Amino acid sequence: MPEAFIFDHVRTPRGRGKPDGGLHAVTPTQLAAQVLGALRDRNGLDTALVDDVLLGCVSPVGEQGADIARIAALVAGYAETVAGQQINRFCASGLEAVNAAAAQVMSGQSVCAVAGGVESMSRVPMGADGGAWYADPAVSYQLRYVPQGIGADLIATLDGYSRQDVDAYAVESQRRAAAAWGEGRFARSVVPVRDRLGGVVLDRDEHLRPDTTLASLAQLKPAFAGPGEKLGFDTVAQLRYPEVEAIRHVHTAGNSSGIVDGAAAVLIGGREFATASGLKPRARIRAFTSIGSEPTIMLTGPALVTEKLLKRAGMGIGDIDLFEVNEAFAAVVMRFMRHFGLPQDRVNVNGGAIALGHPLGATGAVILGTVLDELERRGLATALVTLCVGAGMGTATIIERVEG
Amino acid sequence: MAVFEGIRLEFGSDGIAVIALDVPGAPLNPLSDAIVAELDGALDAVVAREDVRGLVITSAKPAFAAGWNLKELVGQMESARDAADLYAQTPGLSRFLRRLETCGKPSAAAITGLALGGGLELALACHYRVLADDPSAVVGLPEVKVGLLPGAGGTQRLPRLIGVEKALPLMLEGRSVPPREALALGIVHELAPAADLLARARAWLAAGPEPLQPWDRKGFVVPGGASLLDPRMVGLLTGAVAGVTRATHGNYPAPAAILASAYEGLQLPIDRGLAIERQYFAGLASGPVALNLVRTMFINKGKADKLARRPAGIAPREVTKLGVLGAGMMGAGLAYAGARAGIPVAVLDTTPELAARSLDYAGRVLGRDQKAGRISAEKAQQVLARVRPTTDFADLAGSEFVIEAVFEDRAIKADVTARAEAVIDADAVFASNTSTLPISGLAEASARPGNFIGMHFFSPVERMPLVEIIRGRQTADVALARALDLAKRLGKTPIVVNDSRGFFTSRVFATYCYEGQVLLSEGVSPALIENAGRFAGMPVGPLAVMDEVSLELQYKVVQQTRADLGASFEYPVSWSVLRRFVEDLERTGRKAGAGFYEYPPEGRKFLWPGLATEFPPAAVQPSLEDVKRRLLYIQALEAARCLEEGVLTHPADGDLGSILGWGFPSWTGGVLSFVDTVGAARFVEDCERLADWHGPRFRPPQVLVDLARAGKRLHAAA
Repeated sequence: MPEAFIFDHVRTPRGRGKPDGGLHAVTPTQLAAQVLGALRDRNGLDTALVDDVLLGCVSPVGEQGADIARIAALVAGYAETVAGQQINRFCASGLEAVNAAAAQVMSGQSVCAVAGGVESMSRVPMGADGGAWYADPAVSYQLRYVPQGIGADLIATLDGYSRQDVDAYAVESQRRAAAAWGEGRFARSVVPVRDRLGGVVLDRDEHLRPDTTLASLAQLKPAFAGPGEKLGFDTVAQLRYPEVEAIRHVHTAGNSSGIVDGAAAVLIGGREFATASGLKPRARIRAFTSIGSEPTIMLTGPALVTEKLLKRAGMGIGDIDLFEVNEAFAAVVMRFMRHFGLPQDRVNVNGGAIALGHPLGATGAVILGTVLDELERRGLATALVTLCVGAGMGTATIIERVEG
Repeated sequence: MAVFEGIRLEFGSDGIAVIALDVPGAPLNPLSDAIVAELDGALDAVVAREDVRGLVITSAKPAFAAGWNLKELVGQMESARDAADLYAQTPGLSRFLRRLETCGKPSAAAITGLALGGGLELALACHYRVLADDPSAVVGLPEVKVGLLPGAGGTQRLPRLIGVEKALPLMLEGRSVPPREALALGIVHELAPAADLLARARAWLAAGPEPLQPWDRKGFVVPGGASLLDPRMVGLLTGAVAGVTRATHGNYPAPAAILASAYEGLQLPIDRGLAIERQYFAGLASGPVALNLVRTMFINKGKADKLARRPAGIAPREVTKLGVLGAGMMGAGLAYAGARAGIPVAVLDTTPELAARSLDYAGRVLGRDQKAGRISAEKAQQVLARVRPTTDFADLAGSEFVIEAVFEDRAIKADVTARAEAVIDADAVFASNTSTLPISGLAEASARPGNFIGMHFFSPVERMPLVEIIRGRQTADVALARALDLAKRLGKTPIVVNDSRGFFTSRVFATYCYEGQVLLSEGVSPALIENAGRFAGMPVGPLAVMDEVSLELQYKVVQQTRADLGASFEYPVSWSVLRRFVEDLERTGRKAGAGFYEYPPEGRKFLWPGLATEFPPAAVQPSLEDVKRRLLYIQALEAARCLEEGVLTHPADGDLGSILGWGFPSWTGGVLSFVDTVGAARFVEDCERLADWHGPRFRPPQVLVDLARAGKRLHAAA
């Protein structure tokens, strides 16, 4: 079977997903087009070699609608022969785009594909695309839908994580992210976003709060106590988890992923592409898969999909040097670490979405790039990237560095 | 022209036709297939006349129409093979109403009064609505209360008229609104004095309005929208489903069906929406829950309220004075209930202070009612004046009826019985409000055991709708008739049972509590036990309820029973748990501040963490369904034993007693109807398996085994 390699990756900085956020004035098409352009320009890529552009996007309506991948490729000035498709696997969309691009290459059906994602959460808010899952009464009643945060609080309740436990995790995420920026560990991947006149709009992640402490986090109110207790979602969750006496609401804006704007792009191709382009592969995409998990708690997919993937790849958890587990909520990563008995110094070593933000459609591609850079910096070989996914899913990818 | 029986049709010289609902012998004008056929015929006549400019639909009675004839519907529900069959059978009213609003003649509803369910749906299909400005003229769609949805356009027209946000709560709660609110909501166009209704409707028609509903106009949009691309709508529907799930725990399908019917129908032209609504209606009407609710809570409750168990041929005798012995919580509640029903009450206790508690009690309840506008200050004064506390048995003289509500102690009860009988008339009825002690035993203290009867009221008396009337071995028909008459006068629904330890309600309810404790002793997660109770539809979990009742009280009941029964006594299955909590742990319930739960001074109670040490959690926990099954089956089994032993004479009494007495889930139709809902054959099979696993208490009584073998139901089809 042909192999799929990562040749390069770029991302925008992550702007606060609010009207005063650094990227709010930039359209999602521009965010996507600028990362596509940067990837091309810094690699001297002949875009005629690219078969497809796959971009994850979770709210593909309004200005993110109508196949933003194809449109962004055209806007970026890619050859018109480059096709484009928008992909939605909720929070893992960016990683799913990478996996789908790799699949095209590994099956010999594409020479090269660019994969990534985009989400301007400040411009197209979460849920803007509606959705039968939670809003069609017959569907949400049957599926016992609860908001993700209730699922995260349920994990904390079942696993016995206290408010202080999850806050401590968040403080560490902030500390690591600040240290990573301080040491320039994101320098290679982050490309500045520019305005119409070429001026830099944003060149640094702006969601971080490096001064975060346990005391400052303790001030925040639980975000999901209201919906859980007043609207009835706690009871809905208990119908699935009747062994729970009461759900402890421990997640806040401070220990959950940040709402941000951003985009990312990853250049993927096979040996034929390496020869044609003269580019050196940096890592091999060794294996990937997705899984469905119990949809009400929703966020337990990472451990399940990791077990499935390791088994398929004939690997053990000890074969992985570094992990990126998307910090949708602190409890998600804590459960993952507990499940595999992992020390925290191998997981999200440069912080995660709690500190840096989670631009839904892009995140999977972002953290894949982050961990590849870190493997190279540390001289390590193998990493696993995984995300929990809406409606109870998990997606994971294993990469390993190659000597060009 | 056709002859009509349930409606009247007149053609006015002004070119306005009037159809007046006038169902013979039925003040609330119940709608039925026959009435719909007549309406159809009348509309034919109206449409056929070119000189008719418009149509008024009204009622010849103070009420407009209070909905569909449920007795007729039950027949259809029981005979329908399946949902598709029912769907095919019941397009009548829905189709007529669509025809009414599209027939080319403008129509106005002159709503004389009460317009509920199909009655309001009829009005909604008119192009204009004028409602009587009278507090009794409430309108609403209460179908959800009997497990159904408004199936003749209610879920389609109401949200198209007033928007999803306002329409959903009305349909989900089944709440009726008074005229002012109906106007403010936009359900009606205009209010008018009852005498002017016809004139107003005529005036609107005289202006020559276009006979077109808003939803039939080009470019119509639902007020406030109905699209899932509107985040407000998403939030509204998502929250509504969560609220419905919390309220029903998935046991009552109607609210979710209402949401689904409204949402799905609103995405469509109204004709297609109406078809969706009829499908959801057929689904509900062909399922067990609606039938259970209609049969028990409407038909059988109606029969009980009309005193179906009253022996024939006994003349009523008015109670002009009620005696109540004991002014504790129950006695005071009974005194209040009597006074509120207009009966002067002498309330006796041992000291003036104790007796005066009855006045405090009545004052508190009346104060609450006055604040809520349920009673005027003047009326409240009159009620209070009827409560007369005393310490002197002589003050009971002249009471036609005495209810004893003193401590559950045989000696005290015997003493007050004798002393009361000494002053009351020889034909006065003496009722004991005991909840546990067999009546025939207590009657031994009576010189007139024929007049002695049990009346088991529930606390708080003013709110609990049930009274369990217990016939002792010697209780005469006349005493039973009088007790039933008094129950009716007090506004209670009576059931009649024969004597037994714990009678029917306490005896069956106790099994719920015991089973919860047995589960606990098996190492089942306490939260799972409690949630399973609530999710099955019980008001509270079995451990919480035990804390409320007090473990100590239950402990004493067991001791008393042991003393009474001697050799034949058997400890309840949960005795080891009860004994441990009362004797060793001294955790006796909420009053003690410690029971199965902890009661922190601030914040909510929570399960005592020490339960995990007392009853180490089993490695393998049962499923939610398994625990629910045990908690419901154990009650149904005990109720079936009551039927077998003759404690119950009619399953309907068991059903009503269980729902109204201890909150057995109404979706089952009651504790015996539950057996029918499961199906006797499957129920018996399940019980045999449960008995093998958990003990002989689950062995099904012969009455159920026979039923299963014969393929029959406890409730024969109506």
